[in-house]
Amino acid sequence: MAETQTLSVHTQPIQRQPKDYKSDLEPIWCPGCGDYGVLNALFKAMSQLNLDPDKTVLVSGIGCSSRLPGFVVTYGFHGVHGRVLPVATGIKLANPELTVIGVGGDGDGYSIGMGHFPHAARRNIDITYLVMNNQIYGLTKGQTSPTSSTGFQTKTTPFGNLEGAINPLQLAIISGATFVARGYSSMPNQLAKIIVEAIRHPGFALVDVFSPCVTFNKVQTYDYYKGKVYEIPETHDPTDKFAALRLAEEEEPFPIGILYRVEQPTLDEQVAMVKQQAYTENASVEQLFRRYQ
Amino acid sequence: MEGSRTDFVVRLAGESGEGVLSLGEMLTTALARLGYEVYTFRTYPAEIKGGTVLYQVRVADHLLLSYGSCVDIFVALNEEGYRENIASLRPGGTLIYDSDNVPTHDLPNHRVIPVPIGTIAKKEIGSMLTKNMVALGVILRYIGAPVEAGEQIAEQTFKRKGEEVVQKNFQALHAGYHYISQHVEPLDPLLGKVEKVNPDRLVINGNEALALGAIHGGLTFYAGYPITPATDIMEALAPVLPRFGGVVIQAEDEIAALGLVLGAAYAGQRAMTATSGPGLSLMVEQINLAAQAEIPAVIVDVQRGGASTGLPTKTSQGDLNLALYGVHNESPRVVMAPTSVEDCFYLIQHALNIAERYQLPVIVLSDQSLAHRRCTIPKPNLSLVPRWERIVPEPSTNGEYARYAITETGISPMAIPGMPGLAYTATGIEHNELSDPTYTPENLQAMKSKRFRKLQHLSEQYAEQFVRIWGEPEGADVGIIGWGSTEGVIREAIQLAEKEGVRAAALYPKMLMPLPVRVIEEFASKVKRVLVPEKNFTGEFAAYLRSQTNVRPVSYAKDTGLPFDPEEIREEIIRVARM
Repeated sequence: MAETQTLSVHTQPIQRQPKDYKSDLEPIWCPGCGDYGVLNALFKAMSQLNLDPDKTVLVSGIGCSSRLPGFVVTYGFHGVHGRVLPVATGIKLANPELTVIGVGGDGDGYSIGMGHFPHAARRNIDITYLVMNNQIYGLTKGQTSPTSSTGFQTKTTPFGNLEGAINPLQLAIISGATFVARGYSSMPNQLAKIIVEAIRHPGFALVDVFSPCVTFNKVQTYDYYKGKVYEIPETHDPTDKFAALRLAEEEEPFPIGILYRVEQPTLDEQVAMVKQQAYTENASVEQLFRRYQ
Repeated sequence: MEGSRTDFVVRLAGESGEGVLSLGEMLTTALARLGYEVYTFRTYPAEIKGGTVLYQVRVADHLLLSYGSCVDIFVALNEEGYRENIASLRPGGTLIYDSDNVPTHDLPNHRVIPVPIGTIAKKEIGSMLTKNMVALGVILRYIGAPVEAGEQIAEQTFKRKGEEVVQKNFQALHAGYHYISQHVEPLDPLLGKVEKVNPDRLVINGNEALALGAIHGGLTFYAGYPITPATDIMEALAPVLPRFGGVVIQAEDEIAALGLVLGAAYAGQRAMTATSGPGLSLMVEQINLAAQAEIPAVIVDVQRGGASTGLPTKTSQGDLNLALYGVHNESPRVVMAPTSVEDCFYLIQHALNIAERYQLPVIVLSDQSLAHRRCTIPKPNLSLVPRWERIVPEPSTNGEYARYAITETGISPMAIPGMPGLAYTATGIEHNELSDPTYTPENLQAMKSKRFRKLQHLSEQYAEQFVRIWGEPEGADVGIIGWGSTEGVIREAIQLAEKEGVRAAALYPKMLMPLPVRVIEEFASKVKRVLVPEKNFTGEFAAYLRSQTNVRPVSYAKDTGLPFDPEEIREEIIRVARM
């Protein structure tokens, strides 16, 4: 590549501000949408980590929240519905130097994308997965989601949701995720802290965020969450799997913070190790022919 | 069988799970090492145990183009296999059967040789596991091959299991060999000697050749989900790709496999997946994403019988429509089809190149008969296909990187994450040159036109290079236009028809989308009638030709799970010539 003068200007590492990550594209979300809080918390977290936008990739699927990569000045991949995690895994394996963050909603990640969720967790691929969970389908204007509570009335459940809700935190823990946390978009400072820890964590990090849909979810509103969330106390041992599972079971009030955190070898590290051990400088197809002669 | 000849067909049939496939593979390799040309065909049940496995080896001292039409030696290892295949044995041919498993038969038109294979294995070696090695000895002796050819294979196959196992297999091989020497008189060796054995050949099947070709083509990332008959591409890559700095990932499903590929390709790797029909169906949504977001991806579809679960272990060319049209709305993709085992090695390199250069999905249509056809091929030329690198942009100075810049060729320079100043969002949503979502009618028309222009450019620059013509079309009675794995058998059928005074020629495009229309129409204008033989039921390629060209072919579409045999195509050529 040709060298240019502008690239050599910054000889000192610069400290980036949250606003430095904001792209020119204005979010298309409804006024009051919880996703604004998540976006701002992400900007803060990126600034705290001083992430290099050229070495960061935001990956998303389809839905309101999945439009997020366009609002951030990093590399981005806005793909198809539910396929965030395989794409993010491919990117991380292709270039482990990159910071890879998957973003999306509860429908995208826990319904159509559910087939991939436990697999990303068990692989312990080093990515952060930020799910904006509003317990409803917003972009398609108000249908039930896999995290909608039983009895919840929507356009597709006029008699109330007959099904139970999935618990993404527990599912992540039992699937092998090594970092599991919950945030709330109205607590942006705490959410930013959680995201910082999630990105720092080597391995699959799930951050499920309560992110109210002001237009279609008239139950889990900001008013609803008032007094129904609490910060996980310091006394909680995040390496205790059963304590984490119990915490994830709690409802009203909902615990907010890091439920579970342990260190395990990551898939990308192991793949890199296999490559390093197997790599032969003068490997050739000519050699492989011998097997067939 | 009279005299010495070097073009004959051995068919093996036996119970699945009893080593018939490995017997076939050992026989094939032994014959190839002796210097003969080999060409095989196999089918097997979709279950691990139970059902009949069929393995056919044609052997000759000249280039072989098909697995042959009739069987000279039939080796029946179980009763079911006997019943299903005895009709294929030509009059005067030899039946060798395992007399422990197959009831005695009196066949006036055949030479019949019963061999108590199981008894020999049990009594002399003490292990029923060596049955197929006894059978190998029997066959080698019967056709007049030296026992050393079998020893070499036995040693190579069982070396890892220790000296004792090697010795047991030697014993079994010799026991079988000896049995024929003792019981069959007089014996006419079938094999003439090959003057000089050419060491520069490979005995390889289509899937293996494709895997090696992909490695040579710079593949560094493979993700796949196991599905017959594509799985052994992944199995061939898994142990060796890391040596070349690459990685193989087994995904949770085909959708994830293509997602992994798109992620890796977006991040700068040469990436590929392989699947079969049902898996390709699952990938359709992301094939469109690759086209719309302009991400390179190679998707190999090893076609199999269908529809639905269909015939997972049998051959078909039934996925052409899915490959060509399997999209929502419209998006460009390239569809290619290798025509031979040798071609698998080269074509996959072109597919990787085209995906990389044109930033779009390339679907490669192989099929079960090609994938599992083991045959002798000349050692591939490693400098035949030059590498095409991705076109990347210059670093941006103003932060305004037009990822989807509208260009004459339709190709916009593609940044790789990590490149400074070029951050952009790849997206499947309609966008402007800067990748910002844009829905104006003018933008949609301009962007679609840009993306489809890639196909136009590819068609003008390269499509005709992928055409092979066999025979002389000028004034031919019949001009065959075919695709994929049927090329060899069609060439052989043309030779057979010629012996009866009917002149035929064949054209094989290896790039099906974009289609080299000009060359096809020119070919068709030179011949009296056009015949399109294909291994599907509805004549997908014939219909495609009718839609894309002025050619009005006679369709010969047949979907039986088995490849064409040269005789039936010869008959068809003659029928069409006399229409």
